[in-house]
Amino acid sequence: MPVDYQLIIVGGGPAGLTAGLYAARGRVKTLLIEKGATGGQVLLTDWVDNYPGFTEGVSGFELMDKMTAHVDRFGLEKKFAMVSGLDLLGEIKTISLENGDQLSCRSVVLCTGARPRTLDVPGEKELTGQGVSYCATCDGPFYRGQEIAVVGGGNTAIQEALHLTKFASKVTVIHRRDELRATKILQEKAFANEQVDFIWNAQVQTIEGDANGVNQLQIGLTDGSKTTLPVTGIFILIGVVPNNEILPMDQLQTDAAGFVITDTEMETSIPGVYAAGDIRSKNFRQIINAAGEGANAELSAEQYLAGLK
Amino acid sequence: MASDKVLHVTDGEFDNTVVGNDLPCLVDFWAPWCGPCKAIGPVIDELAEEFDGKVVITKMNVDDNPATPGKFGIRAIPTLILFKDGEVVDKVTGAIGKTQLVELINKAL
Repeated sequence: MPVDYQLIIVGGGPAGLTAGLYAARGRVKTLLIEKGATGGQVLLTDWVDNYPGFTEGVSGFELMDKMTAHVDRFGLEKKFAMVSGLDLLGEIKTISLENGDQLSCRSVVLCTGARPRTLDVPGEKELTGQGVSYCATCDGPFYRGQEIAVVGGGNTAIQEALHLTKFASKVTVIHRRDELRATKILQEKAFANEQVDFIWNAQVQTIEGDANGVNQLQIGLTDGSKTTLPVTGIFILIGVVPNNEILPMDQLQTDAAGFVITDTEMETSIPGVYAAGDIRSKNFRQIINAAGEGANAELSAEQYLAGLK
Repeated sequence: MASDKVLHVTDGEFDNTVVGNDLPCLVDFWAPWCGPCKAIGPVIDELAEEFDGKVVITKMNVDDNPATPGKFGIRAIPTLILFKDGEVVDKVTGAIGKTQLVELINKAL
């Protein structure tokens, strides 16, 4: 039976673009579907200092621009559309788009990624966009000369806290433990920066504000005491949740948090279906391993497709 | 491809182009340093083509035009505000999908 494509890649972040690069060079009839513009969560990042080859670092924006230009150079077909559902179990896989179109293919690489986790405290939803933010690079410039908070202790939280000191007069990092998980070089920079303050063993309990937006945070400490922090902005950078809403969770094996489980060659529990990047169940979510997994997933898909002939 | 049906408005043009428009207006507040703003750019272009003649789709660069975003309390981008008869109908923040944006626009039709 004829199919529309041999391979469909769902998602255009670093994993999807790298899978697409390998597919285009492998002359596999491939479509990459992306809901917005290519780039994924890297677009939320101000600066990337750990992608090899960019010796002086690179902005998240420029890195993803280059990855997109790279697949364009090899003629990867891209479609900007929202996927509404996938049927992956048969030998022919069907991908449904929001406009009602259906596309068929023999192999799929899932690169749907992840998105920032929310705190789920009172005031957060109501004040999103009015002081509550998940994107320091987008919203930092609105806080010139103001005092703000960052929640989290990982690489993203500390990297972005440092970025925010370019605008805010003071950045208070609120972390639920007594030490940071962020890589040492970021910790050193944060501890040396006089504009960065820390509240340890602390959890934000309520985000309060008025018609002008956020004005203070109610914070609970591990020892049972409470404190109030007056800020006009709070950047919540406490990890990610999987973008799995469009995935057929009854068909795919996933972990307790909803990330897709694969073997070491990126194959999911369904033959011919692969996952790469932040949607994959794993310990570390880095741009470089998203890209590496994208390459691996596509090569696995090529091998699978060759076996069907 | 950027649509030529998207109007780029400035602080100075805002009252005439948006507030005083007989048609509903969607304003996409964006800036060049904002990745997610770029991410929804192609969707904004598509909306301008699809709602041509029914809704005016506009963009305002918040870097060059600080007054209007200040007036509407914008502290995050992309923020999209829908206006009808000079009044705010609804607004959303963040890079949302096309379906949600169409739902938003339909509130003014």
